[in-house]
Amino acid sequence: MPIIEVNHFTTRRLQILDPSGVVDEQLMPDLGDEALVGLLCSMLRMRTFDEKALNLQRQGRIGTFGSLRGQEAAQAGLTLNLIDEDWLVPSIREQGVLEGRGLPMHLYYSFCKGDERASQIPDGLNATPQSIPIASQLLHAAGLGMALKLRNEEAAAVGFAGDGATSEGDFHEALNFAGVFGAQTLFYIQNNGWAISVPFSQQTAAETIAQKAFAYGFEGMQVDGNDVLAVYVASRDALDHVRSGKGPYLIEALTYRMESHTTADDHTRYRPAAEVEAWRARDPISRMRTFLSRQGLWDEQQEAELVAKVSAEVEAEVEALEAMPRPPATDIFDYMFAELPATLIEQRQQLIAESRNGK
Amino acid sequence: MASDAATALAPSSGERMTMVQALNQALAQEMERDPAILLMGEDVGPDGGVFRVTAGLIERFGDQRVLDTPLAESGIIGTAIGLCIGGFRPITEIQFMGFIYPAINQLFAHAARLRNRSRGRLSVPLVVRMPYGGGIRPPEHHSESYEAMLANTPGLKTVIPADPYDAKGLLISAIRDDDPVIFLEPKRLYRAFRQAVPEEPYTVPIGKGRVYRPGKDVTVIAYGSMVQVANAAADRAAKQEISVEVIDLRSIVPLDVEIFIESVRKTGRAVVVHEAPRTCGFGAEIVAQINERALLNLLAPVERVTGFDTIFPGAVLEDHYMPNPDRVLAAIKRTLEF
Ligand SMILES: Cc1ncc(C[n+]2csc(CCOP(=O)(O)OP(=O)(O)O)c2C)c(N)n1
Ligand SMILES: [Mg+2]
Repeated sequence: MPIIEVNHFTTRRLQILDPSGVVDEQLMPDLGDEALVGLLCSMLRMRTFDEKALNLQRQGRIGTFGSLRGQEAAQAGLTLNLIDEDWLVPSIREQGVLEGRGLPMHLYYSFCKGDERASQIPDGLNATPQSIPIASQLLHAAGLGMALKLRNEEAAAVGFAGDGATSEGDFHEALNFAGVFGAQTLFYIQNNGWAISVPFSQQTAAETIAQKAFAYGFEGMQVDGNDVLAVYVASRDALDHVRSGKGPYLIEALTYRMESHTTADDHTRYRPAAEVEAWRARDPISRMRTFLSRQGLWDEQQEAELVAKVSAEVEAEVEALEAMPRPPATDIFDYMFAELPATLIEQRQQLIAESRNGK
Repeated sequence: MASDAATALAPSSGERMTMVQALNQALAQEMERDPAILLMGEDVGPDGGVFRVTAGLIERFGDQRVLDTPLAESGIIGTAIGLCIGGFRPITEIQFMGFIYPAINQLFAHAARLRNRSRGRLSVPLVVRMPYGGGIRPPEHHSESYEAMLANTPGLKTVIPADPYDAKGLLISAIRDDDPVIFLEPKRLYRAFRQAVPEEPYTVPIGKGRVYRPGKDVTVIAYGSMVQVANAAADRAAKQEISVEVIDLRSIVPLDVEIFIESVRKTGRAVVVHEAPRTCGFGAEIVAQINERALLNLLAPVERVTGFDTIFPGAVLEDHYMPNPDRVLAAIKRTLEF
């Protein structure tokens, strides 16, 4: 038998709105003016909440915080397509998506304080708590996608991760299970160029993350993650595909982490300032703003009004944060089991005696 | 946090440095000595590690000896085992002990067993450095102490320094050891205090504990970050005319049984302190050893001051979980008032 070509695949990358704010008319989604403006507004909201978190951290009012600055389009474009029935399985930098889906931001801020009540996601929002062990949550997204399929529900599980996460075994197992069982899972990978100090080029010898999906038997694609319109279109189509039971899908959103990994990190130690500057010119918010201004849909006054409105909301969330009473020390015990075993009851008593229950 | 006693045992010569600096110096000196030594882990290169323990080493030794790895703990430990078979002596860093889980298969099923499985033909001269323990108010999964799980896995040595001098000497011993050594670094002590550390390389033998503070009424047995807590409790006890002997185990495998048994035979009272959960914590092993070897010397039941059998809490409740000098002092008094 001669050598035959067994297969080949093509990795596509979608861009609709270029960095100078010009759109490709042919690819332009059929979104009304209000929705277009809404995309800009939700990105601006994310950035405002983010800037506040940096502020609070510097003042010592919250603890370690990982900024999403630069990744607003990658989160806003997806969020617009999410429905209540979908399940969100976040990693650690998806506060924009969660905010967009209604997570009260004082809870997010309190998460950064190390208050575990923040991980009790309010009823009505199908989201698992943030998952710090990198890539581990992707298997849950695969399993949730299997559950949706078994129950015949027209919804998707969205598993989030970063570029670094794609090196973990759990990433590969999640894609493989999802492929084998036809899970209704969208793997949403924000490739922001860095995993703490390690650049993407050192994370994998492959050219893209998107192409890895093909190895597990389903499709992946890249999208310009700083182009909110491309993210909107790609995730709309991917979610349609996934929700209708056609199998899993992977989106690699190419974006950039503009800040340090977290407030505990100093990115100037390991990455060139010129690279950061080059990405500043690709800012997701300014390109959408330019586009909408040229369309006559957005002006400085509207922006000032929006920022004033969001800032008031942010302040209200900070007030709510600071009005939260300290959790009782017994919270350490009270969520361990549905029913506390005797040994733990004894230890709980000891804690109360020692600490007067946190007072 | 360190009282005078913390430095009383250390030599007076040498630059005063933090534990981070002492570890960094040990790594540099050993890499200089033996070209088979490699450093591998997440962010150990230009970033110098998230705690800066490997700072400056990639600049000095190059990227063929300091490997910034992909983000995969199983990958790090698994390939390090292969590198060992291939003639290298890798020193790996797991960024936080809470992230060792993906590598447990490689560590337990292979690193711990290869010498035995190959009937001595192959060995794994591997060091796994991991910051462990609480006290720095980080996010979830950054405060764990899983040493008991390691101690319960035959084939691994587990070393836990308590001050900069020991950190350097024990790390050099770990690097020169021909078997896998887990090196747990108490992250809350990384920069907590300075101590004179001799410039030249030296070893502190693995498997020999020390009397950190001599005393006669009660023995307090600790390791790593809890040595300072035990010592602070001993300071306060001293003000109440209670003389406490503090034993620093330095390693839990191998365990220096002799040193604490001898002490307990003398004092007749013992308190074991660790941050890890109580049930099946390493303290249980200490208590069992005391029962087996010094039961008739005991004047009171042995006390344990430990973390609770709960998940390590978030930063806002952390202080309620961590053993502190108050808890240790109360336990000391219980043994005296029994
Ligand atoms: C299993 C595990 N190993 C290491 C870490 C420490 N850590 C936290 S975030 C991170 C980098 C993540 O990079 P990436 O996946 O690209 O996500 P990004 O931070 O860029 O959003 C590392 C190494 C962790 N949380 N979990
Ligand atoms: Mg990244």
